[in-house]
Amino acid sequence: MTDTHDTRREMPLGLAQRGYTGVIQHLSAKDAGSALSDIELESRLIELGFVEGARVEVLHEGLVGRDPIAVRVDNITIAVRRREAMAVIVA
Amino acid sequence: MELPLLHLALVGTPNSGKTSLFNALTGSRQKVANYPGVTVERKEGFFVTPQGRQVSVVDLPGTYSLRGRSPDEEITRDFVLGKATGENVPDLVLCVADSTNLRLTIRLLLELKRTGRPMILVLNMFDIASRRGISVDVVRLAKELGVPVVTSIAVRKGGTADLLALTDEISAKLAAEPQQENNWRALSVAELRTTQREADRIISDCVSLPARPDTLTSRIDAVVLHPVGGLIVLAAILFVMFQAVFAWAQPLMELLQSGFDALGDFVHATLPAGLLQSFLQNGVISGVGSVIVFLPQIIIIFLFILLLEDFGYMARAAFLMDRIMGGAGLHGRAFIPLLSSFACAIPGIMATRVIDNKRDRLTTILIAPLMTCSARIPVYTLIISAFIPAKDVWGFINLQGLVMFGLYATGIVSALAVSFLIKFFMLRDYAPAPFMLELPDYKVPRLKSIAIGILTRAKMFLQRAGTTIFSMMVLIWFLASFPQPPAGSTEPAIDFSLAAIIGKAIEPLLHPVGFNWQIAVALIPGMAAREVAVAALGTVYAIEGGKEAAEQIGQVLATKWSLATALSMLAWYIFAPQCASTLAVIRRETGSWGWMAATFAYMLVLAYAASLLTYNLAVALGAG
Repeated sequence: MTDTHDTRREMPLGLAQRGYTGVIQHLSAKDAGSALSDIELESRLIELGFVEGARVEVLHEGLVGRDPIAVRVDNITIAVRRREAMAVIVA
Repeated sequence: MELPLLHLALVGTPNSGKTSLFNALTGSRQKVANYPGVTVERKEGFFVTPQGRQVSVVDLPGTYSLRGRSPDEEITRDFVLGKATGENVPDLVLCVADSTNLRLTIRLLLELKRTGRPMILVLNMFDIASRRGISVDVVRLAKELGVPVVTSIAVRKGGTADLLALTDEISAKLAAEPQQENNWRALSVAELRTTQREADRIISDCVSLPARPDTLTSRIDAVVLHPVGGLIVLAAILFVMFQAVFAWAQPLMELLQSGFDALGDFVHATLPAGLLQSFLQNGVISGVGSVIVFLPQIIIIFLFILLLEDFGYMARAAFLMDRIMGGAGLHGRAFIPLLSSFACAIPGIMATRVIDNKRDRLTTILIAPLMTCSARIPVYTLIISAFIPAKDVWGFINLQGLVMFGLYATGIVSALAVSFLIKFFMLRDYAPAPFMLELPDYKVPRLKSIAIGILTRAKMFLQRAGTTIFSMMVLIWFLASFPQPPAGSTEPAIDFSLAAIIGKAIEPLLHPVGFNWQIAVALIPGMAAREVAVAALGTVYAIEGGKEAAEQIGQVLATKWSLATALSMLAWYIFAPQCASTLAVIRRETGSWGWMAATFAYMLVLAYAASLLTYNLAVALGAG
């Protein structure tokens, strides 16, 4: 699924603007600076459907600091803070 | 031969419609309690299958995996594995999936399969999936998963017929089949990923998804999750909720009140004057009645909370409030426990178990009692209707409703302030815990499910009225009636009673905040349950003033209290640590007497300070 996107630059989902659409490339929990351990953060992200190849779209942003964000992950919507979304690398 | 009771367990992700399926299967034959040693709510229900088999079904807390990262999820894991203390190993596990959203459930199911428990996958809300153009090859799905699959529409009559038939069919074969081994162990990240891939493969083989997502949900979210518009909607919902609690309940409450008055008159007229008459009329009917009158308001507040939950709004509210509450040191997930605390701090404090960070959880527990619980409504209502004129301001807002809203708002603002102080002074090395939450598609709330929820709550309230409150009322009546006045005395009988002795002993402490000894007496049983204070005032003034006083406690207060005292009492009740059960839950949930004592102390100090300020300010402004 990634072949249609390999011309785009990889970036963390945590920096994406409202309206951004992309595909998850990989997870990189150590870059997120979350209060959770890397393994715990990665496990939780996977449990909520953030796996390689999933399509994401940033649907909504909060009022303060545009945080948290509501992300469409394939066909479900997940609310997540930008700090944790930094672990999701998209393109 | 009578077949043994079949034990079912419902497992599924949050928002999978587990609870509505549970309600559909069991109706009102439900038992709500706690798991031993923890405060996770244990919901068990009973039903009979078409073939006459007795079934017990337990609705387990929602979870995305069996890792057990919160006490709720640990219960689910231990229960399925048969390790939960004092619980039967489930004979059959029903894995409940939202048919419109299979990804996460299929992954959970693949993990559940490793436990070796007999299992059925229930594709719930199948009607919504069909309407959205999602089609599922059920036969193939069952084959790929190696688990029987059945569709269900929990909310429609007969929508669980297939599930019931399959339960019969499988349970008949259970005894003959060899027990499967439990191969479950916590999954590593790599295994998680593999399982999710496997789940995704199965779904792409068996399920065809429509190209368009649920457009209604996105259209509603465009407004409801709008950074500014969303907050306005949230404020409007809360405002309507509090106006409703005040305005809609009024006719019903008046009806109940006149019912109890009539009953009291009947007892008064039928029985000869004396202790028994006084006990029944002043102690039991006027006491318990004055609390039961508030049932309509409690039903309305639960109606709103359950409706918003079923609709799917609660998760949105948490999303909107996350950063705003974050400013006060609270987690977005704290919003739901805090909102439940408007009904009662006890379920609210128990609901903090969804917050997995210990510090976030502790802060939320400490401030939850500041949210105006429904037990305070009787006190507020009584004082407001006695002292605040029922007129409209700016043409459309009811002044009494406005004062009520103000009391709620003060509670909320103080809670945020306390949380901020806790964060600032005590938990300075605080790292923000993650906020990750599924925002489910909106669903039309189902009346039957809501009705069952409200019924359960109403039953709990009435049970409290029948036990705790009743025994407190008997105690108050006793204290207010004994010792009896000496023969030939002209002063009111209550002046000779134990209640007066106790009340007058405490009065000097409460004098600076404008409380008289009758209030001091009422505050003591209010420790058992806040609403008892109203009933206690009723009893004290009834025994003091005779029958007329019992009928219209509000009017009595209006003549006996100054406005300053009334306002001071309202301020007291915003903060007062007036409920022993809440304190007991705090002790249990924090596992510490220290935190319980801290909560009690800080709330008492706040209450005293607020009352002192209010009373003196009011007196200075001429309301003394």
